Amino acid sequence: MSATVKTAGKTAGWVDDRFTSSNFLKRNIGKVFPEHWSFMLGEIALYSFIVVMLSGVYLTLFFKPSMIELAYNGSYVPLKGVKMTEAYASTLNISFDIRGGLLMRQIHHWSALFFVAAISVHLLRVFFTGAFRKPRELNWVIGVGLLTMALLAGFAGYSLPDDLLSGTGLRIAQGIVLSLPLVGTYLSFFIFGGEFPGTDFISRLYAVHILVVPGLILALLTAHLMMVWYQKHTQFPGLGRTNDNVVGYPLLPIYMAKAGGFFFVVFGVITLISGLVTINPIWLYGPYTPDQVTAGSQPDWYIGWLEGSLRMMPNVEWVIFGYTLSWNILVPAVILPGLVFTVMAIYPWIEQWATGDKREHHLLDRPRNAPVRTSLGAMAVSFYVLLWIGGGNDLIASFFDMSINTITWFLRFAIFLVPPLVFVATKRICLGLQRRDRDKLLHGMETGNILRLPHGEFIEVHAPISDEEKAVLMAKPERTPLTMPEEIDENGVAMPGARGARLRAKLSNFYYADNIPLPTREELEAAEAHLRHEVEQAAPAMEEDRRLIPAHDGSVLHDPAIDK
Amino acid sequence: MKKRSRRRSFAAGILMGSALILVGTGYAVVSAETTPSPEPAVAAGSLEQLQLGRQLFLEGCSSCHGLQGEGIAADNATGGNGGPSLIGAGEASVDFQVSTGRMPLAVPEAQAPRKDVQYSQAEIAAMAAYVATLGPGPANPTEEQLNLENANIAEGGEIFRTNCTQCHNFAGSGGALTNGQYAPSLMNATPEQIWQAMITGPQQMPVFSNETITDEDKQNLIAYVEALKVEPNPGGLGLGRIGPVAEGLFLWTAGLLSLIAFAVWIGAKVR
Ligand code: HEC
Ligand code: HEC
Ligand code: HEM
Repeated sequence: MSATVKTAGKTAGWVDDRFTSSNFLKRNIGKVFPEHWSFMLGEIALYSFIVVMLSGVYLTLFFKPSMIELAYNGSYVPLKGVKMTEAYASTLNISFDIRGGLLMRQIHHWSALFFVAAISVHLLRVFFTGAFRKPRELNWVIGVGLLTMALLAGFAGYSLPDDLLSGTGLRIAQGIVLSLPLVGTYLSFFIFGGEFPGTDFISRLYAVHILVVPGLILALLTAHLMMVWYQKHTQFPGLGRTNDNVVGYPLLPIYMAKAGGFFFVVFGVITLISGLVTINPIWLYGPYTPDQVTAGSQPDWYIGWLEGSLRMMPNVEWVIFGYTLSWNILVPAVILPGLVFTVMAIYPWIEQWATGDKREHHLLDRPRNAPVRTSLGAMAVSFYVLLWIGGGNDLIASFFDMSINTITWFLRFAIFLVPPLVFVATKRICLGLQRRDRDKLLHGMETGNILRLPHGEFIEVHAPISDEEKAVLMAKPERTPLTMPEEIDENGVAMPGARGARLRAKLSNFYYADNIPLPTREELEAAEAHLRHEVEQAAPAMEEDRRLIPAHDGSVLHDPAIDK
Repeated sequence: MKKRSRRRSFAAGILMGSALILVGTGYAVVSAETTPSPEPAVAAGSLEQLQLGRQLFLEGCSSCHGLQGEGIAADNATGGNGGPSLIGAGEASVDFQVSTGRMPLAVPEAQAPRKDVQYSQAEIAAMAAYVATLGPGPANPTEEQLNLENANIAEGGEIFRTNCTQCHNFAGSGGALTNGQYAPSLMNATPEQIWQAMITGPQQMPVFSNETITDEDKQNLIAYVEALKVEPNPGGLGLGRIGPVAEGLFLWTAGLLSLIAFAVWIGAKVR
């Protein structure tokens, strides 16, 4: 064992004398982590969150969450004398009059964008590899909670500086609150302390942004990481990897060194971008006043899908007994996100119920081996991307010289048509890949060498695949759909609960029926014998082939080195 | 090793960033005005000038706007071009339309785009003077009106945000309107053209008369737009000054991809 581990052991001893926790530390310092680049996506999220916190603390030193109106008197000339809130003025000060302030603001904002993006990609990784399955369902739910909190933190932060885009975003948020049936108006008064925008809101939002939400994120994050620790990390199938072991590197020193290095890479890339690329130039937007709007008013990217759903929704309102029910806001901004997050949170149980698979899973699925899940995921991604496009419809219209109306109408249909198409296409691709895997097991790898046998036949030479690859392919789990239960028992009486069971059998068929089965043992053995034969048959000719080396003039020479 | 790859990623950052900003601003770049061709000297307001203007109008404009500027209805059946009546369009409107290259219209589109100017200053002035005789309309701003020396930029910014940003964007970068129409970027408009645009209200743009925006406020506003043109981006690349969508695009392309590339690289290193 290395010196590091010894030192760690010593430290553990020191801690143990005080806390009698040595068992815990000894057990965990040797803890092993499997290796795959996609396992670092969560780390990107963690590190960007640390960067967000560090830069955020710097900003709190100078930001003034107050809606008191004043006339700007800082060094940014184009706004001199303009009436604005103290919140906006102090953000201008951070940008132009405080040393390192602009860089810090840009680091804070870029890292916030990185944070949410990394969470999203991390979530996709977990979904497509089936890492959310038992026993990790709860951690998936915590993850969904973290994503929600991150969106909230971002939206609150975006609204703090009280610039024109902040205020426009808040106005929309207030509109959404107002659209809630019955409680809307009261809730809006309650939140804003009176009419919008009022004078209380920024300071309330500030508490939410720097205390409540980061606190919740920290708590959830801790639980999240502890559960990863306790339940151990999943791994991809491979040689020697089973559902009951973890193959990888020990936490100390290798994993720690790599993780530490990666933290600096993340910090470095964020800082570099923050130093080179403007983000949220609030001085150009101007202070918020309710009578101004600007083209290009969009939220940060992570709220873009909701902006898109709002822009796409046709203008439907019902008036019932003099009371307006605003479907045009309720559907895209309340019902849709509610549905999305609910389905996302309970998906592990949906799949469990549909497939009847309640076993523990520590080996990840290769996405192709769970075609329906993968296709559902791809479908969801396409849905999200279409909403995104809707959120930027004006810019797409200007860049591609299109009509904004055409884009919106296209999207209104596409949002229903494209995701199913994506589902079908993805499933086909997955099944194709499964078929190819099966072929590889049966016929080995195509080498691209075409050989003419003595009796004139042409064959393509196949080579056996490596043991590692074989282990990966053979680890494909066999999945059989549930069988359809009898509707009536032997006495002709309807079985209780048969309807639910039948639905479930149908769903399980939907998930599993099309899977390409692995070759049987006999098939494999026969294939192996055939392959051996083919290789033997090809050997003399291949040998001859190797001796021939092309000369400069295009003719073929014997290689004397091989002849010897 | 580490240093080298850092530097490489730095270069890549700059490269990708500049590629993005190129895309971001490229669409807005409109070719510079052509150098005026040798022109006959005619005195402003002289009979000669009016004659020249009428002649140019008959040659270049009457096919769409009519021999007397009375306008021609577009004939969809024969694909014939039409143009609105210019009676009462005024000097400022002609000057704006022709000096921005919008007129003469080349192909009928949702909206006449800004393009290369076809006429010299004197020729434009002549046509403008001729059209002004067809009926009273808005006149060109005087030199005094365009004097921005005492303009208040901050004041102008307020006027700009209240009246113009909903179509032209917060930084005058332009924006889309409905049905394929758009408010163009203001970064190529001269102070005179900005003034003319305000008093003539081309296409979807409203007219900003003296009651809505006083002469003094027009000066302030123009000074603000002129300041925007030359104002550097203190935070680095401006990404076209079109708002958060460009930032999001940059994040998902240059930003996140470079981090994932690092992750793959680190993941592969220990093997
Ligand atoms: C191919 C047809 C065509 C030609 C040639 C043409 N125009 Fe036009 N013009 C139009 C159309 C169509 C419009 C209205 C739509 C627009 O502004 O895009 C218009 C609009 C205008 C307007 C604005 C009218 C208003 O009330 O706002 C002016 C001024 C004008 N043209 C001047 C000219 C002048 C001067 C010329 C000659 C140099 C010219 N046009 C040549 C088709 C033409
Ligand atoms: C309702 C939307 C709208 C508003 C508000 C608006 N504009 Fe425009 N503006 C347009 C449109 C559309 C055009 C293009 C007209 C055309 O191509 O014929 C335009 C064109 C212009 C141009 C010509 C740009 C060029 O390079 O050729 C200028 C300058 C301009 N506007 C200035 C302003 C100013 C200053 C204000 C505020 C006082 C303003 N606009 C308000 C829609 C608007
Ligand atoms: C402990 C954690 C945090 C602290 C102390 C903090 C602090 C602050 C402060 C003081 C501001 C206002 C000043 C300014 O806008 O420049 C701000 C803005 C902002 N915050 Fe945070 N924040 C924290 C976490 C987060 C998180 C987790 C996110 C996103 C997921 C986030 C996203 C933002 C955004 C987008 C802004 C607007 C930045 C801008 O002006 O460009 N913050 N934050």
